[in-house]
This record gives sequence, C-alpha cells and structure tokens, in this order.
Amino acid sequence: MTVNGTEYVREVEPRLLLIHFLRDELRLTGSHWGCDTSNCGVCVVWLDETPVKSCTVLAAMADGHRVMTVEGLSRGQRLDPVQQGFAACHGLQCGFCTPGMMLTARWLLNRNPHPTAAEIREAISGQVCRCTGYENIVRSVLWASEAERAQSEGAQSEGAQ
Amino acid sequence: MTTGYSAIPRKEDARFIRGLGTYVDDISLPGMLHGAILRSPYAHAVIRSVDVAAALAHPMVEAVLTGEDLAAQGLAWMPTLSGDVQAVLATDKVRFQGQEVAFVVARDRYSARDALALIDVDYEPLPPVIDARTALAPGAPVIRDDLPGKQDNHIFDWAAGDERATAAAFDDADVTVSCDMVYPRSHPAPLETCGMVADVDAVSGKLTLWSTSQAPHAHRTMYATVTGLPEHKIRIVSPDLGGGFGNKVPIYPGYLCAVVAAMQTGRPVKWMEDRSENLMSGSFARDYHMHGEIAATRDGKILALRARVLADHGAFNATAQPTKFPAGFFHIFTGSYDLRAAHCQVTGVYTSKAPGGVAYSCSFRVTEAVYLVERLVDMLARELGADPAELRMRNLLQPEQFPYTAPTGWQYDSGDYPRALRLALEMAGYDGLRAEQAERRERGEYMGIGLSFFTEGVGAGPREHMDILGLGMADGADLRVHPTGKAVLAISVQTQGQGHETTFAQLVAHELGLSPDDVDVVHGDTDRTPFGLGTYGSRSTPVSGAAAVVAARRVRDKARLVAAAMLEVAADDLEWADGAWRVRGDPEQARTIPEIAMAAHSSLALPDGVEGHLDASVVYNPPNLTFPFGAYICVTDVDPGTGEVKVRRFIAVDDCGVRINPMIVEGQVHRGLADGIGVALMQSIVFDSIGNCLGGSFMDYLLPTAMECPSWELGATVTPSPHHPVGAKGIGESATVGSPPAVVNSVIDALAPFDVKHADMPLTPANVWRAIQGRPVRPDLAVE
Amino acid sequence: MQVPAHCEYERAASVEHAIALLTRYGPEARILAGGHSLIPMMKLRLAQPEVLIDINGLTDLCYITVADRELRIGALARHAHLLDSQVAGQYFAILHDAERVIADPIVRNWGTIGGSLCQADPSEDLSAAFAAVKGTMVIAGPDGIRTVSAREFHTGPYETQVGPAELLTEIRLPVRPGGGSAYLKVARRAGDWPVGAAGAAVWLDGEMIIDVGIGLTAVGAAHFAAAEAEEYLIGEAATAERLARAGQIAAEHCRPVGDQRGPADYKRHLAGELTARALTLAVRRAGGLADRAGSPAA
Repeated sequence: MTVNGTEYVREVEPRLLLIHFLRDELRLTGSHWGCDTSNCGVCVVWLDETPVKSCTVLAAMADGHRVMTVEGLSRGQRLDPVQQGFAACHGLQCGFCTPGMMLTARWLLNRNPHPTAAEIREAISGQVCRCTGYENIVRSVLWASEAERAQSEGAQSEGAQ
Repeated sequence: MTTGYSAIPRKEDARFIRGLGTYVDDISLPGMLHGAILRSPYAHAVIRSVDVAAALAHPMVEAVLTGEDLAAQGLAWMPTLSGDVQAVLATDKVRFQGQEVAFVVARDRYSARDALALIDVDYEPLPPVIDARTALAPGAPVIRDDLPGKQDNHIFDWAAGDERATAAAFDDADVTVSCDMVYPRSHPAPLETCGMVADVDAVSGKLTLWSTSQAPHAHRTMYATVTGLPEHKIRIVSPDLGGGFGNKVPIYPGYLCAVVAAMQTGRPVKWMEDRSENLMSGSFARDYHMHGEIAATRDGKILALRARVLADHGAFNATAQPTKFPAGFFHIFTGSYDLRAAHCQVTGVYTSKAPGGVAYSCSFRVTEAVYLVERLVDMLARELGADPAELRMRNLLQPEQFPYTAPTGWQYDSGDYPRALRLALEMAGYDGLRAEQAERRERGEYMGIGLSFFTEGVGAGPREHMDILGLGMADGADLRVHPTGKAVLAISVQTQGQGHETTFAQLVAHELGLSPDDVDVVHGDTDRTPFGLGTYGSRSTPVSGAAAVVAARRVRDKARLVAAAMLEVAADDLEWADGAWRVRGDPEQARTIPEIAMAAHSSLALPDGVEGHLDASVVYNPPNLTFPFGAYICVTDVDPGTGEVKVRRFIAVDDCGVRINPMIVEGQVHRGLADGIGVALMQSIVFDSIGNCLGGSFMDYLLPTAMECPSWELGATVTPSPHHPVGAKGIGESATVGSPPAVVNSVIDALAPFDVKHADMPLTPANVWRAIQGRPVRPDLAVE
Repeated sequence: MQVPAHCEYERAASVEHAIALLTRYGPEARILAGGHSLIPMMKLRLAQPEVLIDINGLTDLCYITVADRELRIGALARHAHLLDSQVAGQYFAILHDAERVIADPIVRNWGTIGGSLCQADPSEDLSAAFAAVKGTMVIAGPDGIRTVSAREFHTGPYETQVGPAELLTEIRLPVRPGGGSAYLKVARRAGDWPVGAAGAAVWLDGEMIIDVGIGLTAVGAAHFAAAEAEEYLIGEAATAERLARAGQIAAEHCRPVGDQRGPADYKRHLAGELTARALTLAVRRAGGLADRAGSPAA
C-alpha cells in the first residue's frame, strides 16, 4: 500500500480495518474513528484519490492501492490552501473531524474549484462536526477556493507577462 | 504592543490542521495492553454466575476482571458525583442495558473484542422500570436494592420558590395555561469517545492516566479517595480532547477498570469505548418530564410560573452538579421575566437506564428550565391572541432592575434585555416575516416564526454555596513571567476545543502589554497546573478566566514595585499606560514587563517585602454566577403532507458580556445553534418496554449535518458583568440552552392553523404529522 | 469502534474466478464489493462470514452505458458513478433523484449498485427505483447467465434470487419514448434511511398512461412495488384526481411496520402521499399535466 507517497509492505489480518492499519500500524494518527456504523466520517481518507470512510474498508482491500491521509495534505512545510483556510476562518475547534473535513474539501475543490455554499454543505453531509455548527467549515472551504483562484490568476498574469 | 480583545486566529490550530493533535487513542506505550468491557444485554437481571475461564484461556488475553475480583479489593462500587454509589463491575444485579459486567485485557484491541464473546454470564431477567412515570407506582420493581433498606425508586424531592405566593398569584390571574412537556433523553455525543491509558511506574509506583477528562484535578482526588493511592502519586493528563460537552465529566467504570488492570498486570492498559458504549452507558442528558403552568393578566402581564418535574436519573444517581442543587439550576426557570412569584418542585427517580442527566451543555439544567418557560410564554401568547415578541417585550426585565433577585433566589448580575430582543427582531425583519407568514397561509403553505429569550446562569461558583462532593468550585491560575519576558500561564480548566490556549493568552497579554504569542497556556496536566474543578457549565471564562486576569494584575502590580526600584521613583509616581509602567508626567520614563522581568530576576535591590521573580498564584472564588443572555429567532417551513421541517433561518443575538475573542465566541454560538436543530428535530434516546436502548448508534441517534443547518445569522450586545474582572460572562452553552425552544416554538407556530398547541421533541416528520392529526406520540418511549 | 470477527480473504480475478471461489467455499463465503453494507454488519458481528471474496478488481463490471435501447449498469458501478452519469440521468431522472438521497457522498464513492441491491434491505432506495422502471437483473452462475425481473429479484427481507454460487453482474433498463420518472423520499435527516419513499416511472401517449411503474420502499410493499395502483392507472388519462387515487391504492396495499423512524399509520400515509407526488412529477417530466388547475402540489 502506498500511503502519502511512501510504499509500505505489511502482513495483516484480513479483518483489519484500514483506519486501524493507518493509525496503529503506521502510526498515522491524524485520521480518527468515532462511531460503529459508518455515520460520523472522522475516518475519511483518500483511496485512489477518492474520499472513503476508512472504518468501512479493510486494509486488505487497499492492497496495491494509494492512500492519502491528512498527513499527506501538506507539502513539507507548505500547507495546502484548505489547511490555511480552516485556520484562517476558525473552521475547527476540537480538531477531531477536521482531517476528514479537509480531505473532502480538497477533493471537492479539485473537481469543482468554485463551489457554492450549498455544494460544500452537500459534500460534507456525510461527516459530523459537534463543535462548529458547520458555518465556519463552509467559510473555510470558500476561503480556500478564493485563495486558489487568486493564486491561479496571479500565475496566469505572470505567465502572460 | 498588545492585541487585547480581538478575533486573532487560534494558536492551537497549528497542530490540528496537520493531523498532529494528541488524543487519548493516539497514545501508544511500550507493552501496552487493550481493555474491553462486557456489558449486560438486560436492563434488569440477577447475575447468577460469571464464567471467564474460556476468555482467560485465549492466547492473547492477559487478564479478566469481574465484579467479584473488584469486590475483593473494595472497588466493585465507586462514589458518584451526586453522593450515590455506582457499580464499577456488576456483582449482584445488572441495572441497565449496557452496564459493565467484566473487563478483558488483551494484547491487541481485536483480541480483546473476541474474548468478550468467550465470557459466559448466567442472567436471570427481572422486570425493568422504563417509563419514569411508573417508577413510583406501588409495586414497581425496586432497582436499588443494593442500598440498605431501599424499598422504592425515589431519589429526592427538591423545591424552590414561594409556594403560597405563587398559588395566590395564580388565583389572581385572569388567564392560566398549563402544559405537560418532555425534554427527552439525549446525549452529548462528542466525536471522540471516552477512554484512558493507565500506566504505573514500576519503580516509583506513580500512576499516570491519560484520560478524556474535563476535570482532571477532581478526578485525581477521586481516584485517590476511591483506590487509596496517595494523591501525589497520581498524575492525570488530559491531552487533546475531541469534544466534551459534559460527557467527559464523570469517572466511568472503564477508567477504574483500566487503572486496576494496569496495577495488576504491571503494564500500561488502554481502554477506549466504542460509540455504542458511549451512547448506551455514558452520561446522558436531560430526561425531564415537566408540568408547567403560567399565570397572567388578560393584558398579558405574566404574574407567576409553577412547575412540577419528574427527573429520570437512570439506575444510579450520577448527575454532576453542585451538591446542594440536586436539580441543578432548574429553578432559574423564571427566565428573563419580571414575575411576582414562582415555585418549582422536582422529584428524582431511578429507572433501568444508564446513569447521568446533567450533561450536554445544560449549564446544570438551565436547558430544561429555559425550554419550559419559553414554551409556556409562547403558549400564553397563543391563548391571549398576542404576538409572541410583543408579549415578551412587555414582560422582560428592564435594565434598571439589575442586579435583579429572581423569585427563586438567583441574583442576575446585569442585562439589557429589551435591546437584545429589538436587535434580533430587526435582524430577522420580524414584521416582514409575519406578513409573509400570513400570505403563505392563504396559499396553504406553512411557515413558522419561533422566539426564545433566555437567561443563562454559569460560572459555578461561589464556594460557600457550590461544591461537588465537597470540593469547592473555585479555580486557580499560576502565572510566571520568565526573565526574557515570555510568560507561562497554568490554568485549572481543560479545553476540549473552546480555544483556551488562545483566549487565556489574550487575557494575560491584554493585562501585561504582551503579545498573545508570548504567553503559553498550560492546561490538562495535574502535575503542571493548579487545582480546579474543570471545564463545564461555561465556567472557564467566568472562573478560571477571572483567575488568570487577577494573576496577571497581581504580576502587574508587583512589576510596578520593581519598576519603581528600577527608575528610582515612588511606586505612586507610576501609571500603567500603553503596555508599560510610566512616570506620571514623563511617559518616556517607562519600563515594559519584559524589562521588569529581567530586573526582577537580577540582583536589583528590591523594597522590603517584595520577593524576586515575577510570578503570581491565584485561587479565584467567584462572588456569584454570571448571567449571559440572548434573543433567538428561528424561521421554519413545514410540509404538513409529510411532516418535514426545514429550518430556513436562525437569528441569534447573544450577550456574554465582554468578548475576549469574537471569532471564538461566534464559533461557540454556531455549535449550540446546531445542537438546537438536532435536539428539537431528531435527537433522542428511547427504550422499548423491556429496556432495550434504541439509541445506541449514530444510525438511530441522529446528529445534524451541514444540510440541516442554515447559515447562522449572529448579532451581539455587550452588557459587562459587574463582578468579573474584565466583565466577561462566558458563552459555551448559551446557544444549546436558547436554541431548542426557538425551533420548537417555530414549528408549533407553523402548525397553528391545525390547532396544534404543543408537541414534544424531537419533532421528526412522523411526530409532526401525528401532532397535526391530533394524535401526538410520546417520543420518550419506543414506537411499538 | 467495533471490529469484525476473524475471516479469510480472497481476491477474485474474474467473474468466473469469483463463482469458482463461491462454489469452493460454500455458504460461509460472502462477496465483498464496496463493503458498505457487509462490513458494518461484520463490525457489529451480525454477519460473520468465514471467507470474503473481494471483487473490487473486476473493473469490467463497472460501467454505465446505453446499448440496444437499454441503459446497462454494471453491478460494480459505484453509487457516485450513477449519480454522475449524464446518460443515466437523461433517461431516468428517478435514478438521480434516488442516488442524491442515498446515504452520503462519501459512502456513495465506494458503495456499489450491485452491493446495495443484493443486500436487499427492505428500506433500500435503489430497489424501489429499479422496481419502478421495471429493470432486469443479470445473474452469472456456474451454469452461465440468467435474467430476472427487478420485481422478482427480491424474494424477502435481505433475500434475493442470487444463489450461493452466483453473482449479480448487470442491471438493464429498457429505454422507451414518452417516459418521465421521479423519486421522493422522506427521512429524519440527510443520509438517513427512508421513513418512506416512492418512485414513479410513467410512459405517456398524449394524456394517456401506456405504462407505469410505482416503486415503494420501507413500507412493506410486496416486491418493492405498488402493483394494484399501477393496474388502476394503465390505459387511462393522467389526471390529478387519478394520480391521487393511485396514491391511496398504493397506501392501502402496503404493510408498513412501526419503528423508530415512524409509526405504521404515518408510513402508510407517506406511501400514499409520496406516490401521488412522485407520479405527478413523473407525469410532468413526461410532458403531461401541463397547467392543470387543482393538481396536487409537487
């Protein structure tokens, strides 16, 4: 399994859940678990560039595939605009749902760079937050969308020069 | 240069956005074992035998604890926060579905779970008590026969107010309205469940507990009392917590089992509950069956309120509130109105359900109280044919009445209620909404406008009146300024996401002319912080925040003496301005805190009685609670064909006194407003007639998503608290308190053309439709 | 978090291989596709299969195409694929209506059409949607391929026609002119299972209904369909009154059970209300009921 760009080879029990493999075996504790019934979404990671609930995927199913967790969101010291947006707009309080929210936001912006607030709400509708009332999460994603638009316009005008 | 009270970004975010928070389940120690709890499938049953042989034989199992094992060490029962006792592992009987029966310790978490299936328990089921209204019926099964001489399920009776004056007021009244209403059992459900890693140092015998605890010091004292371990050999670390909301205040049996297992095996033991355990056995909230009455003149002057409450406490009385108040602060149910008299009476009973009751941002039952009064006021408005906003405006306490002594004894510190209500009405465009409502009704469309005006009572509290199990509710703060002018503030409250690392830094920075970046806030580790009763009841800002400010001011006062020595002037010649002590009339002659700190650590000659360094240690005993308040307006659209409710808008005006960080304050409000939607429309834990808990997963205990929540519209007024050092009141629970009645009032308002006077929460589509049919369901019991 | 019991794991390299593995391991083996029905049950230990046969590698079964006047959906198509598929939405709005309210976007990324249908939950939305459009299920087994109508596919709660050594491979929906469809669901919250839901598909010739399918879920309707209501409507004009009456007939014939989502009388009411509304929307989309006064609100 390739996780955040690094390949790992491990022997696991078939029943081992992907979230436990990431947390307990690879010590990538940024992804969390919070329920028993695939409802809360704090376990969201990317499996082949698609957000999935890693509590409902067996590690064995991810054999030969690519996984990205929150630890892979930043490039070295450089934070992803989504991460910057969450910090700028108070999109997190206890931080427990935040990794999953940010990964879904990143995926949304990749497909739909300028989502409306309604589209953002729908994209995160499978993930629960108990702290923020969702308002600032939506604002964080809009912030990131805007920041990336400004960045690409800046790059375009530079290119044009 | 100071950034005092402003919306600075949070210091703690840096680790969370990188996924580098440390929550209890992130902790892994060498040789660590994993615990799992076997729980009772029955709500009430005798335990005939517990056979753990097969579990012990499992190759990965290191130990199994039963009630019998704990009883041998005197640990099968532990005190609750209400002066009752609770079983750690059941010995004679099980008393609620999900009660702890055995504790398995294995080398990995999957094996621990497997081993549970190998434990054989022989139960003899007994009839349970499920409906609280039957708990005191003659012949009802007695749940707490472990208590000597106990013959019934009665826990307490408690009353407040003037019964006779209230009766007289009701006699005088032209109009009275009464209503039975239930505040259903719900659950705080923080996303991180409860758990612990217990580790004993083999050499020193010191016990270190990484624990999801909102009150680490109180827990430490309790563990010492219960286990007999010396308190100075117990260290509790609450690392990052994934939410608390009152769910992480109690000491749970799983914690104690982990401690015993760690001591028995000599290895670290981790216990993390899963979600079903959290919902089925962890501290629930509310479950108040209330009969409320309101009396008024025909002009709409409210004269009195009366309430009789049946409180379902579950199988053990484990509510967490100040000891002298078994019904918490429910007697604040007089609300925000000028009343002649009020009286309430609360009866607590045992039932065959999990223990708890005080949790989920209730401010010790203020949620229940505010719900009752705000529903009654709306019902009175309907009865009088009055507009609910006008009726409130007519009866709100006026600014000149503060400080105000309520009929049940509360001393509200400050408030300008009419101003807040006017602002909310303006933000909502209230008149336009009423016009729209009338228009839509003509077209057979049903929208509702629901108000809620609430007064909170938070920041417990004065130690003369408020203690928990004898521990006074004062809190401490230790402030040290290092020689180079950087500061460390150690506080006794514990954040679960409220941003203390930022707001407390701002408090200190503001007093000392520092940047918040130069103030480090330490919390959650009993080895490194002063004693305090922890975080709940919105008490961090009012109590611990006050302690921090007082400590900072003491440091500043001492700094004045040192500065005087440095400048060779009299202390009275100095005044504090622009972040420094300055010579009066010659402000360029100044010393900043960093400069003074270095001097205080040097060999500078100090006046008599002035010690070196620049530190202060404070225990703050609040003189009173603080009383934040707010005016909320909720607009809903209801589809009578399906019963579906859509929350269109939510306007919230909050007054929490001085706002330390407006961005953080707003975040706290957002959360509570989402709670209102969840509690009013979808959240409840119900039981069937044999005691099966039907709310044991997030498939049935539904939490609101971003789809159910509108974009919140927030407003603010600021009425400082006169007794708090910076005038702040606290905000953490206000919105959870104020929002459910606004949502319910809105839906009932929408259903007025169907002559629906009341319907209990949660107002699911089914419940709304049944209310319209005139056949409301009782939502605290299962549909059967 | 709760965790599954021990099990073994195999990966199927082809449909034939999957069938061979199913044959070899017998009834204690379960197909693992998206896993979002099976794995939650395994975690709660309501299901304890001895062997899991992972078919996620059978990417040949992941498609949505139109061929021979049929919309063909491979069983391994994810819910997200169906929701994103333009061609599916173009011919069958009901599928998009339904997918939009099934589970949540993240679960839809991984859960499969085939998996949901084979789970056969009595509250499954897709089962009602496919019943409404009268689809055909293609099942592969050791003896080859066979087809079963969507309505016959479900034989009871959590039971389908798929035998122990068989695999659902495809769903086929006939594309016919003059059609319109819709799906309406009431749930307690976004992403929740339905309290009641109705899907309707109509084919009109002018104002006359030449064919109609009504799918119901979560209300105990036999084969997820309201056959009596369909019978009532076929060959007659699509008027508001007849659509409302069809709703009543559908309500009369279902057998809802009261539970935490709602009492039985409410579910029965929903069956009628949502059937009428879904029919109205379907007829409108098929070009009927234009500007008719007195039509029920959609």
